[in-house]
Amino acid sequence: MGVFRSSFSRFWAMLVKEFIQVRRDRVSLATMIIVPLMQLMLFGFAINTTPRHMPTAVLVQEDSDVVRSILAAIRNTAFFEVRIVARTEAEIEYLLRSGQVLFVVEIPTGFERAVRRGEMPALLISADATDPVATASAFGALEGVVQSALMHDRVISPNGKTPPPFEIRLHRRYNPAGDSQINIVPGLLGTILTMTTLIFTALSVTREIERGTMESLLAMPIRPVEIMLGKILPYVGVAFVQAILIIAGGYFVFDVPIIGSLPLLAGFLVLFIAANLSMGYTFSTLAQNQLQAIQMSMMFFLPNILLSGFMFPFSGMPLWARVIGECLPLTHFLRIARGIMLKGAGVSDLAQEALALAGLMLIAMMIAVTRFRKTLD
Amino acid sequence: MTHEHLPDSDIAIDVHGLTKSFGGGPAVVRNLTMQVKRGQIYGFLGPNGSGKTTTLRMLCGLLTPDSGTGTCLGYDIVTQTNLIKQRVGYMTQRFSLYQDLSIRENLEFVGRVYGLASPREAATQAIHRLGLEGRENQLASQLSGGWKQRLALGACILPSPDLLLLDEPTAGVDPKARRDFWNEIHTLAAEGLTVLVSTHYMDEAERCHEIAYIAYGVLLAQGTATSLVDESKLTTWTVTGGNLNGLLAQLEHLPGVDMVAPFGTSLHVASRDGEALARAIAPYQQDANLHWVVAKPTLEDVFIDLMTSAKDNF
Ligand SMILES: Nc1ncnc2c1ncn2[C@@H]1O[C@H](COP(=O)(O)OP(=O)(O)OP(=O)(O)O)[C@@H](O)[C@H]1O
Ligand SMILES: [Mg+2]
Repeated sequence: MGVFRSSFSRFWAMLVKEFIQVRRDRVSLATMIIVPLMQLMLFGFAINTTPRHMPTAVLVQEDSDVVRSILAAIRNTAFFEVRIVARTEAEIEYLLRSGQVLFVVEIPTGFERAVRRGEMPALLISADATDPVATASAFGALEGVVQSALMHDRVISPNGKTPPPFEIRLHRRYNPAGDSQINIVPGLLGTILTMTTLIFTALSVTREIERGTMESLLAMPIRPVEIMLGKILPYVGVAFVQAILIIAGGYFVFDVPIIGSLPLLAGFLVLFIAANLSMGYTFSTLAQNQLQAIQMSMMFFLPNILLSGFMFPFSGMPLWARVIGECLPLTHFLRIARGIMLKGAGVSDLAQEALALAGLMLIAMMIAVTRFRKTLD
Repeated sequence: MTHEHLPDSDIAIDVHGLTKSFGGGPAVVRNLTMQVKRGQIYGFLGPNGSGKTTTLRMLCGLLTPDSGTGTCLGYDIVTQTNLIKQRVGYMTQRFSLYQDLSIRENLEFVGRVYGLASPREAATQAIHRLGLEGRENQLASQLSGGWKQRLALGACILPSPDLLLLDEPTAGVDPKARRDFWNEIHTLAAEGLTVLVSTHYMDEAERCHEIAYIAYGVLLAQGTATSLVDESKLTTWTVTGGNLNGLLAQLEHLPGVDMVAPFGTSLHVASRDGEALARAIAPYQQDANLHWVVAKPTLEDVFIDLMTSAKDNF
């Protein structure tokens, strides 16, 4: 009895102490309560497993009633969003490879005449199949819509019994087998690196503060930029080794191809890793203790998974969610990794993404350097 | 150097009216003015929480004073902190080097931060100078308290600074190590280094060229140890023999007695008013068992008196 009571008293002492400590850290407490709610709302509204507004380009070589009504019907769906009217094959090639559109609708010359003659011409849809989820849902959307458009145009009889007077040929680009691993491995590469890099640097400043070494460090003639770069650079190397392991694993175990240039991928990887390390370091300068730094990293990590296009098609999200997504290094890296590994994209296709990564990195570094507390005040 | 250094000035620290408070609270350092000459060992004494650490931090640019101005080695303590940090070695009260680095790695780190030509060579010299040979590859976390202090001092003097700010460098250090430490400091001062050292030990205070006493954030006295004792208005008696414990309890509350403190087999009785004290103890002097002698006040008597009278004023 007495043993039990004194054990309970010790347990109680610990519990009361922990409770006081949690309550005292106001920022952490607020994050614990507000963040889950905020994220529920955020992701609940942002994530849409039946994607809409997929960026689409059309390449039309004739101007006829049939073609116009097919295009109008495509525009009317919530699924396709015709963003670009292309003129040449080369343009289409670029748009797909750089990831600016996921679908291209191609209508060849003499389409209407062929329809009227019952020759069953082909309406060619090229899909960027590196994202099998988005591609799969495209088919259903297409067929019905086009048929109803033609019905409206009285090309086929209202009873709908007649077969469509043309065929829809879907061309899965870059991933003809619709293999999801091919898409997931580059995604995992980015996601895993995001997680490890954030943790590398997120604790770096708070750790110095909590261990008391910050006082010595600040008394020495070292500047915030120097501290930052010195803390980030070693981990670029570590994360790069991780990346090599993941890519090699994907290549040998999951047969993920690397169509584009490896050195180019390596260069972009370094940029991506540095951008994420800077983000982590920034949290470290903003947080007052290690718990806060970890919470901030987690708060940052979840949108990386959900809003970057890793789990759900990026273009299927509402505009505001895409804006958030554009602020995440992973979003840009996914386009880069998928572009280089699966589509053989080159520098000119990915220049925008590289600029975005560099921009995000510089902004994070600037916040970190200005927010770094140079005194103990 | 091209900066407005004052090479001819023989004042290393020159601050006026420094005041500092934290987060809107009361000032923990008030209107502090002090000068420290180059090559001097300047002791900084005061009770816990009196603002010693805060003052040292303001001097090396770790804290920004709310008001007041001053220079450290000729550099402004608010606007030229980067230059100050280059020339000042600050030893923190709590060990603040890297616990997970070895002695040598810590020293080399410091050497590189200060841009020494050969950090390895400098670290080797410091290890030799501090008698840390054989331990150089030991992690700092595994060192005993005294060795940690020695490592911290080594790190401070590694970049050969012009000024050392030492915050209780010998707290918890054994007497022999403490003596070695002070010999080292005197050697450094003889080479022209200025040392501002905070301490709670009276024997260390007496080893300083000059001392300052601070309580409740206010600098109450400064000067040499002997001048502080001489200038104090204290009258002190020591009494031996008899039941000193009972005597202490009786004397404590007598008017005219400001302080009673046991020292082994004797009792120190002191007062700011010598005549009142004489009247108060007169009855006890009749006691044949008790042996009363007029004594010179010790530095400790002076400080405790300064502190109690300062408290009365707040
Ligand atoms: N960062 C801080 N925030 C709030 N108050 C502080 C801070 N640092 C010091 N103080 C307060 O300032 C006062 C002076 O502290 P300081 O550390 O300068 O005293 P000290 O003379 O060094 O004491 P000790 O001999 O115990 O080391 C104390 O009351 C302390 O509580
Ligand atoms: Mg202190």
